[in-house]
Amino acid sequence: MTSLTASQAQDIHAHADSREFLSFVLGSEHYALDIMSVKEIRGYEEVTRIANAPPFIKGVINLRGDIVPIVDLRIKFAVGEATYTEFTIVIMLNVSDRIVGIVVDGVSDVIRLTDDDIRPAPEFGVAFDHQYLIGLAPIEEHMVILVNIERLITSDELGVFDSENAEKDNQD
Amino acid sequence: MSIDMEQFHGVFFDESQEHLDEMEHQLMELNLDEPDPEQLNSIFRAAHSIKGGSGIFGFDALTGVTHVMENLLDRARQDTLELTTPIVDLFLQTVDTLKTTLDCYRNKQDVDQAVLDQSIQKLEAVLTQEDSKSAVVPSSEDEQGFGFFDDEDDTQQSEEDDGFGFFEPLAEAEASSPVTVEEEGFGFFEPIESINSNANADALPTTPPASSQGQSKPPATADNIKPISKVKAAAKTSSNESTSIRVDTGKIDSLVNLVGELVITQSMLAMIGSEIHGEVEEKLQTALTELQRNTREIQESVMSMRMLPISVTFNRFPRVVRDLSTKLGKKVDLQIEGGNTEIDKGLIEKMVDPLTHLVRNSVDHGIETIEKRLEVGKPEEGTVILRAQQKGSSIVISIMDDGAGLNRQKILDKAIENGLMPDINMPDEQVWKLIFEPGFSTADEVTDVSGRGVGMDVVRRNIEAIGGRIDIESNQGFGSEFHIHLPLTLAIVDGMCVEVSDQVFVVPLVNIIESIQPAADQIKMISNDKLLWIREQYWPVIDLYKTMELDNAITDPTKGIIVLIESSKKRFGLLVDGLVGQQQVVIKSLEQHYKRVAGVAGATIMGDGGVALILDVESLAANVKTLTPEAK
Repeated sequence: MTSLTASQAQDIHAHADSREFLSFVLGSEHYALDIMSVKEIRGYEEVTRIANAPPFIKGVINLRGDIVPIVDLRIKFAVGEATYTEFTIVIMLNVSDRIVGIVVDGVSDVIRLTDDDIRPAPEFGVAFDHQYLIGLAPIEEHMVILVNIERLITSDELGVFDSENAEKDNQD
Repeated sequence: MSIDMEQFHGVFFDESQEHLDEMEHQLMELNLDEPDPEQLNSIFRAAHSIKGGSGIFGFDALTGVTHVMENLLDRARQDTLELTTPIVDLFLQTVDTLKTTLDCYRNKQDVDQAVLDQSIQKLEAVLTQEDSKSAVVPSSEDEQGFGFFDDEDDTQQSEEDDGFGFFEPLAEAEASSPVTVEEEGFGFFEPIESINSNANADALPTTPPASSQGQSKPPATADNIKPISKVKAAAKTSSNESTSIRVDTGKIDSLVNLVGELVITQSMLAMIGSEIHGEVEEKLQTALTELQRNTREIQESVMSMRMLPISVTFNRFPRVVRDLSTKLGKKVDLQIEGGNTEIDKGLIEKMVDPLTHLVRNSVDHGIETIEKRLEVGKPEEGTVILRAQQKGSSIVISIMDDGAGLNRQKILDKAIENGLMPDINMPDEQVWKLIFEPGFSTADEVTDVSGRGVGMDVVRRNIEAIGGRIDIESNQGFGSEFHIHLPLTLAIVDGMCVEVSDQVFVVPLVNIIESIQPAADQIKMISNDKLLWIREQYWPVIDLYKTMELDNAITDPTKGIIVLIESSKKRFGLLVDGLVGQQQVVIKSLEQHYKRVAGVAGATIMGDGGVALILDVESLAANVKTLTPEAK
C-alpha cells in the first residue's frame, strides 16, 4: 500500500543487519524503540509540575542531580489511560545529549529485528504520525509499532526542547 | 619534538598574560620620583620571564621586544635611567603591543611585525638617548657595574641574568652561608665584569652593561644556558609558590557539581536516619552528624576554590582611568578599596564590562573639567573610588565619584524626548533608574569615550543576568555613587522556600524585603487585581498559584502569606500558602534537559530528593501590571 520514505529507509539501512528494540505497552498497544537510546528504566515517582507546559509534560524529576523532564506519551497520543500506579514505568532516554523520561504502562521485552522483519508503516491508523515511525513488526501474535524515538522527542510537536537550544546542541 | 613543546604553550600563554598584567599593574603603581627597587625588579622579572619563555618556544616577536624592554628596565633599576612619565607611557604601550602579540600567537594568527618593530625602535630610541648621556662620563660605568653586583647579591635575584643563571645552582648550594656566596660571587665575576665594562666603554656604547654579558656571549652558549636558567626559574617558583597549582576551571566546576550532589545525598541520609529507632539509632545519628559536618566543610572549601580576589578585575582600572583622564584633560585619582574581597571566578569575568563602563562614565561624565572644578571650589583633582565589600551573603561593588552628580532635569528632559512619559514629580531614585532605559545618554556631546556600544541598559542587563542588581545614589554637585549588589557565587543561592499547594518554590533571599500576613483591610482590589496597602504604599500582588498553574492553593491573601519582593524594575508582593524555611540551595539548570520556563530561574534538589523550582524574580516582575507603587 505504501512504501518506505527515503529517510525511513535510511534509518533502517544505517544500522547493521539486525538491531535491538525495547518493546513497551501503551494502553493495549505494543510499541518498541531503539534500545541504544535507552538510558535506564525506573518506576514512576512524584514529579514537580511546571507552569505553562502542555498536559503531557508531567513535570521534572531529579535523576541523580540532573533535572529531567517527564513526558506521558499516553496523554500526548491519547492511547490508554493516564493512570499512575506502582507498576507505571518511566523509560529514561538519552537523546541528543539530553535526558528525557517517557511514561509507559509497562516494558515487555527486548526484541532483535532485521530489516526484513520490519514492514512499512501505514500513513494512518496509528496514534503516532507516520513520520515518527520506523515501521511495524509482527511479533508472535502482536503487531509491534517501531517508534523513531529520537525524531519524536526532538520534534517541535512535543516541545520538550527549545528549538534554539536544539540548534545550539547541534552546533556543539 | 614540536608536539612535545606545544603542550606547554598553553601554560606559557597563561603565564605570560599574568606577567603582562603584573607589569602593567606595577608600572601604574610606580612612584616616578622615588622608584621602589623591588617594583622595578618585579617588572624586570616579568619581562625577563616572557623573554625566556618566548625564546624557548620560538615566539621570536615577543623575545625581541622584551629584550629591549629588559635593557631599559635594567638601567632604570640601576638608577642610570631616570624614569619619566613618557617612558612609563612607552612601557605601557609596549605592554599593550605584547598583549596583542601574545593573543596573535595564542590564536595562531600572524604577528604584526611592523607594530613590533615600531615598539622596538621607540624603546631603542630612549636607550640610545640615555646612552649618549651616560657616555659622557665613562667612569660612572664601572661604578654602575659594581652597583649592579652589590644589588644582585643583596637580593639574590641573580636569575634574571642568563650569565648569572648559569652560576646560580652553585650559589644555591651555598645558600646556607650567605657570606660565602657573596664572596664567591665577587671573586667569580669581577674579572668578567671589568672586561665587559671595558668592552662597553670602548666599542659598544649603545649596549647597556646589564645585558652585555648575555649579548657578548656567542649564541651557542646562550642556548646552552637558557634551559638551565629555565629549570632554575622553575625551582624558584616551586619554592616560593608551592602553595598554588594551576587547575582547569572545568575540573573545579565538576567538583562543585559533585559536592552539590553530596550535599543532597547527605540530607537524604539524614532524613532516612531520623526514621530509624532502636539500638543503632544513636550510632547512626553520630555518624550522620559527622558526615554532615564533613560535607559542609568540603562544600565550603570547594566553593572557596572558585573564589578569586576582586583585585584581578580592579587592577585594570588605574590604567583605564589614567588613559582616559589624560585624554579628557582631567585630573582623576582612582582609589581602590577592598581588592582582597573574594568573589566567584565566573562573576569576575562577567563584571569586567559593566565595571569598565561605569568607571569610564564616572571619569567622563561624572568628574568635571579642571576649570569647572576650581570654579565650584572643589580641588582640581577629582576622586573616583572603586570599593568592594562583602555584606552578608552578597558582595557590594561601589563606584563613587565626587563629580557633578546626575542632573535630574536633564534626565527627565531626555526621558520625555525618548517618549518615556516620566512623572516629573517622582522621587530622585526613580529618576536615576531612567538612565538604565535603552538609548539613554545625557552627555552633552558624544565623545569617543561614550558610545562604545555598552549603554547603561546593557550594564544593568549584564548585572541582572548574574543575579545582581544596581542602585544609584546621586547628589547634584557632590557626586554620584553606583552600588552593585552581587551574590557571592553563581552555583549556590540563599533562598526562602515557600509553599504553594503541595509544591515548594525557592525565592532568592536577596530579593525579599519581608513577609507578612496581611489583614483584610490591607487588601484592595482594582479591576480584579489585588493591591496590598502597606506603609503608605500600594504594592501589586501576584498570585503564585496562578502563575504556576496550581490548584488547591490558598487564594485568600489573609489566610496565606505575602512575600514582599524587590526586583530591579519593580516591587511587588507574592501570595504563597506559607513559608517553609530559609536554606542554601544548589542551582541546577532546567534548560540542560528541558527548556526555559517563564518565571523560573532554575531548579534545585531538596533534602527529600524532590525538585523545587527557583523563581526568577525579574521575569515575575514583568507580569506586574503597569500600576506599580512608583506610578501611583
